[in-house]
This record gives sequence, structure tokens and C-alpha cells, in this order.
Amino acid sequence: MSSTAPILSVDRLSVRLPKGADRAHAISEVSLSIAENEIVCIVGESGSGKSMMANAIMRLLPQGVSTDGGRILFGGYDLCTTSAAEMRRIRGADIAMVFQEPMTALNPLRTIGDQIGEVLDIHTDLSKAEIRSRVLTLLADVNIPDPPRAAKAYPHELSGGQRQRAMIAMALALDPKLLIADEPTTALDVTTQAQILKLIRELQQRRKTAVLFITHDFGVVAEIADRVVVMQHGVVVEHGPAAEVLRKPQHAYTQQLIAAVPPVAAPPARKLSDETILTLSGVAKTYRTGGFLGRGVRVTHAVKDVSLALPKGATLGIVGESGSGKSTLARCIIRLIDPDAGSILLNGEDWARLSRGDIRQRTQKMQMVFQDPFASLNPRRKAAELVAQGPIVHGTPRARALSEARELFALVGLDPSAADRFPHEFSGGQRQRIGLARALALKPEVLVADEPVSALDVSVQAQVLKLLTSLRERLGLSIIFITHDLRVAAQICDLVAVMKDGEVVEHGLTGQVFGSPQHPYTQALLAAIPGGDFARTAQG
Amino acid sequence: MDAVKRYFRSPAAVLGLVLLLIVVGMAISAGYFYPRDPLALAGRPLIWPFANPRFLLGTDNSGRDIAAQVFYGARISLLIGGVATLIAVTIGILVGALAGYYGGWIDNILMRITEAFQTLPNFVLLLVLVAVFGSTLATVTIAVGIVSWPAPARLTRAEFLSLRSREFVQAGRTLGMRDTQLILREILPNALPPVIVYAGVVMAVAILLESALAFLRLSDANVASWGNLIGLGRDVLRVQWYVSAIPGVAILITVLAVSLVGQGLNDALNPRLKQR
Repeated sequence: MSSTAPILSVDRLSVRLPKGADRAHAISEVSLSIAENEIVCIVGESGSGKSMMANAIMRLLPQGVSTDGGRILFGGYDLCTTSAAEMRRIRGADIAMVFQEPMTALNPLRTIGDQIGEVLDIHTDLSKAEIRSRVLTLLADVNIPDPPRAAKAYPHELSGGQRQRAMIAMALALDPKLLIADEPTTALDVTTQAQILKLIRELQQRRKTAVLFITHDFGVVAEIADRVVVMQHGVVVEHGPAAEVLRKPQHAYTQQLIAAVPPVAAPPARKLSDETILTLSGVAKTYRTGGFLGRGVRVTHAVKDVSLALPKGATLGIVGESGSGKSTLARCIIRLIDPDAGSILLNGEDWARLSRGDIRQRTQKMQMVFQDPFASLNPRRKAAELVAQGPIVHGTPRARALSEARELFALVGLDPSAADRFPHEFSGGQRQRIGLARALALKPEVLVADEPVSALDVSVQAQVLKLLTSLRERLGLSIIFITHDLRVAAQICDLVAVMKDGEVVEHGLTGQVFGSPQHPYTQALLAAIPGGDFARTAQG
Repeated sequence: MDAVKRYFRSPAAVLGLVLLLIVVGMAISAGYFYPRDPLALAGRPLIWPFANPRFLLGTDNSGRDIAAQVFYGARISLLIGGVATLIAVTIGILVGALAGYYGGWIDNILMRITEAFQTLPNFVLLLVLVAVFGSTLATVTIAVGIVSWPAPARLTRAEFLSLRSREFVQAGRTLGMRDTQLILREILPNALPPVIVYAGVVMAVAILLESALAFLRLSDANVASWGNLIGLGRDVLRVQWYVSAIPGVAILITVLAVSLVGQGLNDALNPRLKQR
């Protein structure tokens, strides 16, 4: 890309973890360099040390963690040994950082304009008026609609995408030579992610900034990177120009990661049963918040008149971005939330109208798998008890329920001897398997899975999806699968319904919907999948 | 097990535990060292401490052994502290759990009652209760418990509010659990640690409340309590200050011990806070 001398070069850098961590070094002997006007992506799964890399460069390592050995050369300094005062001058002015979650990275009590202005106030001698006008120019640069209004807004008044734009404006305020972006689009919806990626690339090209981009998503890499560094367990396993690494990965781990990026193209359609097990018609849920004596009530139509049918043994994917109402719909189906209107027919019984007590007796028929494997397991219960809970509630003797729980452990691919451990002793993927076993313990006919793989690394995602597919065949499960990730939906769903603002805008066979989308929103969603061509063809 | 290890890693927590064990030891051994009634006349009044080997800590204005009263007083203080805390925490958890779990009008009613209690100064309310129901050991203990429940109730409610919408509770509901099962088996064990820790504070305050009551001579005068002794010493405070000071130090040590143990438990049970 560029033949100029590198702006940043990291030379055999090691970062030591405190005693008692799962390994001695977060990063060991990592070398990399970034030249002007170049985007380098560090890719790896959680625990690979990629974020530690960014923190080490910024000298923002958590307590108890320190660099031991190696150098970070930047603008004539070794960032490992510069004084704290020097470092403060470099941070923000020469190296800027964009974080994953803009809501927590911004101060909620101060306006956006104030916070961007602060950077200029600290590092420059500009007057108040000059700062004001610079802030507005910066906000216009990152394509925020109506910059004067955005400058006066507080973080919670902006959308997630706009907040991330504001963060980028703040990072670029002083024209840094190097921008470090730590998973800047992971918390965003696909369509917003596509816009932010485009913005970062445009700004980078206009300003010739060097960008160190940290991500776990090879789709994003394909979209934005000039060069790629693949990390695993704190070690660089492969690096090279993006096109080369993506097309011809050399290291087994890279190959595995790229293979785990699901293709958007749906697998060949299965034959679906003519029998319908679950029918939704006209399901609606409206939230009313605030208001006093009937004034100023805010009405949110979370789910509007949704009608869908799930054939026996099939998987129906409900896809949409955050706020589309897909999770509310899932919770209405399982009756964690009471729908306002419509009917939910399961085996001829209308779940929308059953009383709470009746629902309690029928929970064996329909079970749910939750999104967050950390939050969905009671931390004070052993794994076997968690799985046996359901049958015990429904009258199975404790001893038998526990022994059946152990059999379920084998079914979901866990070691039955691990049944006596507590949830925190398992990894994310293993916990999600426990959650699955808990749902399956009641031998349900229908499984409602709410983003069951979103919190997992890609390679673990692929394993859990494979497990779900095989269980579907073996146990004859019918599944409602909620996800925001079209690549995941394409992998597992027979049918998909695309939701936007509480409504189903398009539904049908996965191959049809993704192959020839009719609704403009579906088309926009598909076009926004990062990596575009790569994601569609690289699987070959 | 980790929590026990973490507890013993903190010197302050260990010191608290040692002090508390000493106080408990005094309470247990009172009958062994001082078999006679601690409130019986034992010798000449107002003997200074260490002046007479028979009365190591001296005698009070009526000639009763101060050391004996301090030993027996440990029983009363621990009894009142323990039982009143039990009462306060039980009422608190009950009210907090119901208010936090159900929300809506149940929460509204219970919280208004809690606020009604909180707007009255603890001690004034205690005085009223003792004035109405008399001042035997039992009524004083119950009264102290009754004025101390609002804080644990609010704490429990806050925990329940954040825990009830967590996914593992929702998962319990989709498994078909009843409300009582959800409250007792899913939420309560997770809500308990901060409440247990706070119980240390409640106990320290309960001991102080009883002492204050006794200082005003409104506690049960027929038992040897530290507060009673301080109240007696009030009359001779300028010259024979030790009559009030010795039980005062006993109260100080006990309250300090209970607070240190509470803080140690907090750090041991919430290790992530400690690391900051």
C-alpha cells in the first residue's frame, strides 16, 4: 500500500498478566507496523489479546497488567518508556481511540459539543468561538445530520450510530497520526455498521491517517483492511495483505476462522411438513410510558399485527435490527410478556388467552433459549441442578431429574462429569449448551431461541449452530430463531421473517427471501452485510 | 471457600473477628468468672480500677463489681443486637422482596409505609415505643428491631428490582416456576449477600440504640447492661469517670468488631469491588 516509513512499529512486545490468570502473558513477542494512510486490522476471538494490544499502545493497561519486554516506537518515542506527561500529550493529539460502546465511552452528563470541544481546549490554544466552529465542522465531517443540534444534544438523545460518529469526530478533532478503533461497530446494527465503516474509510483516505482496527469479524476485515494481523492466544499467527490472507489463508487457525464466517447463501431447502405446529395471527404489543392523567403518554408499538406460521419440524428465523420488536415478539410467544391482541395457537390452544396458571402447566410444550449465557444461568446453582430444575418443577422426582440431566449433558456435547460445577466455571459456548440442555429437559415441541449465538465467538457460534441443527433432526424440534445476523439466519433457518419497526415486512423460504429479496428493507439489510462479495463467495 | 480465604486475607477483618470472639467469650464465660449476681452489692462503692485485686475494674457508685457487669453486659448487648437484627432483617427482607418482586401498587403501599418509618428519627420512635409498651428486655429488643427494618427493606427491594428482570429469572418462569419458587430459590440467594453485610451495620446500631436508651434510664434496669452502667456513671462523671468509660470502651470495641466483620464479609462476598 505505502512505502513510507511506518508511523507505529511494535517490536516484540509482551504484556504480562497478573498471577492466577489463565496464561502468563496477554501478548507475547508481538511485532507489527502501520504506515501512513494504511488500515491494519487485528483479528482474533475473545481472549486473543487484541484489545490488550490497543491498550498497551495507549498505555491504558488495567491494574496489575504491565508490558515486560519489547518496544512500541511512535514518532521518535518508545511508548513503553515515555513519561506519563509525554504520554498525556500524545494521547488524543497524536494517537486517538474509538471504543466499542459509545454510550459508555461518552460522559452522559455533558453535551456532545462540550465533550468534543474539551479535546481542543486541552490540547490547543483556540478561543471559545474557534472551538465552537471547529466542533461544528467536525460533526459535519462525520455526516451527523444537523450538527448544531447534535452539538447541543446529550449522548442519550442520539442514536447508537450517531454516538459512534460523535466519538469518531472527537477522535479526529486534533488530526491524529494514528487512530485506534477497538471493535467500533460491534455494538451497532448491520446497516449502521456499514455506514460507519464507510465513514472511517473515507475519513482515513481524506486525512491519510493510519488506522489500527480491531475486530473479530472477517466480514469487516474484508470491507476495510489493507493488511491483516491474525492473533490467537496472544501470539500473531499470520499477517499479510488483506486480499492474500482472506483468499489464501496459510495458518490453520485463520482457515478455521474464515470457514466459520457463515455464507449468506442459504443451504438447499429441506422438505417442510404440511402440518403447522404454531400459528401466530395478528399478534400485537403496545407499550405506554410516562404521562400524567392521560397527557404526554408515549406510545410504542413494539409488535404490530404479526401473523406467521411455523410448520412442524421447521426453523423459522425472525431477523431484524435492534428495536424491530423481534425479542418482544419472542417473549409474547412464550408469554413472558402478555400480548395485547392476536392469537398464538399451539396444538389448537390459544396461548395468548391462557391464564398464567395454565401457562405454567403447559411450559413443557414450549421452551426458550436466552441470548446471554452469562446472565441466563443462576450463578448460585450447579449445572446439573439448573438442567434438572424444569422437570423437578413439573413433578419429576429429584434423583431421576438429576440423572436425566446428566444424560442431557452428553446430548448437548458436554462432559457429564462437569455437571457438579457452577456456571462461572464454564466458557460462554459451554454455558449456552447448558441453557439449551435446560430447555430440552422438558422435552418441548417448540423451542424459542432469542439470539442464542450472538454473544459467542464465530468458531463457537458455528459449533452451537451445528448442535442445534442436529438436535432439531434427532428430537423433531420446531424452532423459532431470533437473530440480528443474517449470516446466522441463512445457515439454520428454513423460513425467515424480516421485521422492521414491529412489522413483518417480508417472509418466506430462506432461499427466496435472501436470494431475491422483494422489500427494499430486506435488500438494504443484505447489502449491508460486511465483506459483501467475500462473505458470499469465499466459501467455495 | 474462596470467600473464606479472601476474608482471612484482610487484617482488619481478622482483627474484627478476634475482637468479636473476645466479646462472645466474655458473654459465655460470665457465669464462670462471676458466679454471683452482677447487680448484687459486692464491696465499697467507687473503688478505682486496679486498686483492689478483688475488683479488677473497680466498683460503681452502689458498690457493684464493674468487671462482672461488663461480662454480663456482653450477654445483653449481644442478645439485643442479635435478636433485634434478626427481627429487622426478617421484616426488611419480607417487605423488600414483596415490594421489589411484584412492583406496582404493592410496591407503592409497602414503600410508603417504609418511608413513614424513615421520616421519623429512629431514636424518637424508639422512645415512643418504649414509653407505650414499657421497658422490659423483650420489649426493648423488639422495639429496636422494629425501628431498624426500613434500611434492609430498601436494600432488598433494590436487589430484587434489578434481579427480577434478569434472564435467569425469566428462564425460571419459562420453566413453569411459581412466584414463591422464583422469589425464594432464584432471586433471594442472589439478593442476600449485600443484606447480610448490611446486617452488621444494623447490629452495631442496635447495640448503640439500646445503650442510648439505657443511658436515659429507659432500658430494663433489672439486667446488667453496658448502657445501664454508663447511665449510672453519669452522676459521678467528673471524678469517677471510669464508671462510664469502661462500659463505653466495651461498646466501642463491640461495635467496631461488628463493623469490621461486616466490612470484611462485604469484601469477601463481593471480591470485584475490593479490587478497585
